Amino acid sequence: MQTFSVREITRYIHDLLDADSRLGSVWVQGEVSNLTIAASGHWYFTMKDVKAQLRCVMFRWAAQYARLKVKNGDEILVHGRVSVYDARGEYQLYVDQIEAVGGLGDLHRQFEALKAKLDAEGLFDTARKAPIPDFPQQIGIVTSPTAAAYQDMQNVLRRRFPLVRLILSPTPVQGQDAAPQIVRALQRLNRHTDVDVIIIARGGGSIEDLWCFNDERVARAVAASHIPVISGIGHEIDFTIVDFAADLRAPTPSSAAELATPSQEELWIDLDRLTDRLDAGFESRLADRRQTLRQARRGLAYATPIKAIQPAQRQLAQLKRRLTRAVSHDVERLNERLAARTKALDAANPAHILARGYALVRSEDGDLIRSAGQVSVNQRLTVQLHEDQIKVRVEN
Amino acid sequence: MNSIDKLSYEAALQQLETIIAALESGRLSLEQSVEFYEQGQRLSARCQTLLDQAELKIRQVDDAGNMELGLAPRHD
Repeated sequence: MQTFSVREITRYIHDLLDADSRLGSVWVQGEVSNLTIAASGHWYFTMKDVKAQLRCVMFRWAAQYARLKVKNGDEILVHGRVSVYDARGEYQLYVDQIEAVGGLGDLHRQFEALKAKLDAEGLFDTARKAPIPDFPQQIGIVTSPTAAAYQDMQNVLRRRFPLVRLILSPTPVQGQDAAPQIVRALQRLNRHTDVDVIIIARGGGSIEDLWCFNDERVARAVAASHIPVISGIGHEIDFTIVDFAADLRAPTPSSAAELATPSQEELWIDLDRLTDRLDAGFESRLADRRQTLRQARRGLAYATPIKAIQPAQRQLAQLKRRLTRAVSHDVERLNERLAARTKALDAANPAHILARGYALVRSEDGDLIRSAGQVSVNQRLTVQLHEDQIKVRVEN
Repeated sequence: MNSIDKLSYEAALQQLETIIAALESGRLSLEQSVEFYEQGQRLSARCQTLLDQAELKIRQVDDAGNMELGLAPRHD
């Protein structure tokens, strides 16, 4: 069996209560009794109703901001966290805020009054709203680095648009001195950085937790920021003065991070679409050129000099044909005439005449003898017959 | 051309859009079309690289304007 020391088991119970999220921030209504204000400035009292009581302590630093005068027997609202006072083994409520019953109505009135005042000044005018850039390179975040909201925003940015650089301007986002610190965090980003957009954010909480975002100084600092501001405060249902002063109101910190950035999936789709258009644009230019080239070549075919000389070529060919025809005709005729002449010549051939019994008489010199006067007595002559010849002598 | 490697995503995307518009206008010479197309491909590749390699960078600014490395990013 395990045994604990008193201290150990008390510590265990202490840790157990501290880990409970509900007990970390509660409003309790009841009657004040046993109120003691110590020399230290801390208040000690008991809240009670007919069935139960609750030990309460309100330390000086919280008590000094109390807007309510409290005395025993008053029915009031207290806000704080429940924890354990180890030395006494008592659990108690560590009070950080007290309000009169219905006092939350006061907050509401304050809220409306400030809203009306700033609205009248034109602080919320649409014309004052700066556009949120599509592609921020740097995003400034005004929030508490320990808040879950900060992790949520980092996760959103990492998922959607990790191209961005996140610059944290840390500040507490609840408590009495949160407002001036938030103002400083905004000023830091405006003075020292060139972020493209600022997100001012805080996770959900009670109306009091969010109250610093209803602070006039914070609202004015947001409106005065020369860098566009997106607010992401609390849940969807929470509206703060800062939401009205911001250039864009997001319902939650995560959605503020979304509104500040394009999504990576959309970027990929856009990029693919652009790349397709690039290809198509280029292809269509090439197609244009090909078409132009085809047309030019067709045009060239019509304009070619070959076309121009074709009729001349045809004419030439025709002439050649005619020439050939004409020439062959002439040759034929010549051949015919030649044949006729050859026949006539044949007919006139002395050899043929000799064959018929005629003879040729020549002198020894070969001269033809045509009359008796050409010869003298005893002259030798040659008589040429068809096939041979006779030597003769003239007698008288 | 090497300057493309230095372009931010937004700048590269804008140049890519300009180039596409010029290509689509049909007023470019063939050489220009080729040149623009190549330039466009490089810009597209630059954008893809940026998207692929992107990793959220975190800094923290203090009152003096000093930038410190932010808390180590948590991967949930």
